[in-house]
Amino acid sequence: MLALPDHFKLFDLPRRFEINSLALDTAYRTVQSQVHPDRFVTGTAAESRVAMQWATRANEAYRTLKSPLKRAAYLCELAGTPIEAESNTAMPVDFLTQQMQWREALDDARDSGDGATLLRLSETMEAERARITGEIAHALDVDAAYQSAAARVRQLMFVERFGNEVSSAIETIRGHASA
Amino acid sequence: MALLQIAEPGQSTDPHRHRLAVGIDLGTTNSLVATVRHSIPVVLADEEGRLLLPSIVQFNANGTTVVGYPAQKQQTIDARNTVVSVKRLMGRGMDDVEHIENMPYDFIDAPGMVQLRTAAGIRSPVEVSAEILKVLRARAEQSLGGDLVGAVITVPAYFDDAQRQATKDAARLAGLNVLRLLSEPTAAAVAYGLDHGAQGVYAVYDLGGGTFDISILRLTKGVFEVLATGGDSALGGDDFDHRVFCWLVERSRLLPLSAQDARLVMVKARDAKERLSVEPEVQVNAVLSTGELVDQTLTSPEFRQMTQALVQKTLAACRDALSDADLSNSQIDGIVMVGGATRMPHVRQAVGAFFGQTPLTNIDPDTVVALGAAIQANLLAGNRAAGDDWLLLDVIPLSLGLETMGGLVEKIIERNSTIPVARAQEFTTFKDGQTAIALHVVQGERELVSDCRSLVRFELRGLPPMVAGAAKVRVSFQVDADGLLDVTALEVNSGVQASVVVKPSYGLADEDITRMLQDSFGAVDADIRARLLRDQQVDAQRLLEATKAALATDADLLSPDEQSNVNELVAALSAQADGDDAAAIKRSVDALALATDEFAARRMDRSIRSALAGRRVDDLAAVVGGSD
Repeated sequence: MLALPDHFKLFDLPRRFEINSLALDTAYRTVQSQVHPDRFVTGTAAESRVAMQWATRANEAYRTLKSPLKRAAYLCELAGTPIEAESNTAMPVDFLTQQMQWREALDDARDSGDGATLLRLSETMEAERARITGEIAHALDVDAAYQSAAARVRQLMFVERFGNEVSSAIETIRGHASA
Repeated sequence: MALLQIAEPGQSTDPHRHRLAVGIDLGTTNSLVATVRHSIPVVLADEEGRLLLPSIVQFNANGTTVVGYPAQKQQTIDARNTVVSVKRLMGRGMDDVEHIENMPYDFIDAPGMVQLRTAAGIRSPVEVSAEILKVLRARAEQSLGGDLVGAVITVPAYFDDAQRQATKDAARLAGLNVLRLLSEPTAAAVAYGLDHGAQGVYAVYDLGGGTFDISILRLTKGVFEVLATGGDSALGGDDFDHRVFCWLVERSRLLPLSAQDARLVMVKARDAKERLSVEPEVQVNAVLSTGELVDQTLTSPEFRQMTQALVQKTLAACRDALSDADLSNSQIDGIVMVGGATRMPHVRQAVGAFFGQTPLTNIDPDTVVALGAAIQANLLAGNRAAGDDWLLLDVIPLSLGLETMGGLVEKIIERNSTIPVARAQEFTTFKDGQTAIALHVVQGERELVSDCRSLVRFELRGLPPMVAGAAKVRVSFQVDADGLLDVTALEVNSGVQASVVVKPSYGLADEDITRMLQDSFGAVDADIRARLLRDQQVDAQRLLEATKAALATDADLLSPDEQSNVNELVAALSAQADGDDAAAIKRSVDALALATDEFAARRMDRSIRSALAGRRVDDLAAVVGGSD
């Protein structure tokens, strides 16, 4: 079997966290225009089978590289430091304390319908996301410190998940307001 | 100048041979067939110059089937045997169909999909749809003067796996080679986008007779990328008719209606709805078989009020789709309106108010889907002209998952994933010594299995007994470019494997379709064998041509050993290709196909490298500011 290229090689992009989003979009479309099954509808069985595999891979690669969180996790994995979010739940104590405070704030605001607090929480999550993403970029692209990057990816996972909870709480309050 | 000369995939090897391909819009109310003639997409008319074919099929006791306008005339006289809006029944069980109590048919509650008892015998919705498709196929072949290479059939974007599979089966039953199932709003976007050279983010609001779709697409130089889609596969113009119908029954204090009278009142309701698009108020008059009278005046505001909830439902779907695409309504560059039901002024106003801009209504909402399908069919069939190149990237509308403990759904593939897509997840056993695992594949967004659509159940058997939690069962989902699912389960430690191509539980197996095809053509055995042989010969020729072309450009990708192996297999197949032993040809075809799998993969890789290298040269040219 042909050794499958990694997602970066597939799109001919440097293996880094900082990525040129426009170059990624263009590369994705260029690759799909070569491999998409639509190109091989009248082709041989082997061609259409291979086309489906490669188009599937291109979609997966694009989805992974497009998202900063998935891209960071993927880079850690390529470097032999998988994230193992399920089994590795160790977090710095101050981050855990912070998590508990945020969660309490969310629960209280949700129960009391406190939209202002929810919006503030949402802004906090945006800022956290930016901060951690910056640290990840540095850990991966400058220090090549994959253990430390993986730990921050786990933090970012929490922030994204929690941010979604905050957003849906805001949606719920807005829904009640407009109904 | 390209350094590597690679045969353009998808391009006809003989540029002068135009392959006949059509696009078919199989609609709830009307169906159309279109093709590309001299580079221009056109809808094909019947002998009387009519473009639309009413999607109405009448089954007679003498075995004859009447389709289209003549059947439409019969719908109030022979309601029980005249099937309208069959699309609402495709891939649907008795419990899934809304307002089934108002339909004048003799339903049979068959597993997976309802069936109808007609004067000509029992018919499934797949067979009824096939009758419509046969008429369109005949129209196309007569009009184009030859056999069709294939057809692109459109389906609502929001159709689930069962509905898509049913549509594909209907096409095969009508003797059509399905090049691709294409989402209706995507087809509309292709027709609109190519015609107007549109770039940017567009929303396609498609309210048909029985289905509603909203799709958000990004159009960038030659690529149509669906960002998100949403909708309701049981909401359409028919529901607006139904509101008027209920209003008429209530206002006129009608007694329970016979099948005939129900259809009559429904036809009057539809007519009133259509007239209200141009008149402020309409009179509705009818005399029923019981002698009861309908004599009502319906005003535009009344109609608007009674259907407001339906319009709101479509806007809720628009909101969800925008949120899935991570866009706000101000980021939409244009709204394309598709489907006859978008002629209703209050629908247009509501959509305009929602998006904060006037929707584009300068296209014919009835034909645009068929035209888009024809353009896609032309491309897929290999009639691509140089420079006339574009690509469609569509998504799966509904999440796919597996039932887990407690009747919950574990999502494997999220909705709005770009297709083709594959994803795998590992599960384990929960009892000691468990030797089998039951898998239940569902589609939908809800967390409970009971709220999702059941697609298929299958079992992975023969697992070696292990303690609970020790087995590692990897379940892989693969969705192809038609949006159809294939599931494989593998126990990693023992290698025990099971797989299914997801077939909805009404289960039209390939053999069923072959048998039904034979029945319908009344073909004798010898004809079928002759046809099989011819198909094999064509297959063999195609493979030989493709392999020789591949060797001519990329033979250097094979080692000398691999090359001589391929050459031997080519020689073997060449010797048999024109013979009359279908089985032998097939064996040689399979052998060569297998041997060239890896070759195809390497060529794919080379074409990607070459395209990406070409792109860099383009980028450079753009930076320098020069062009050719």
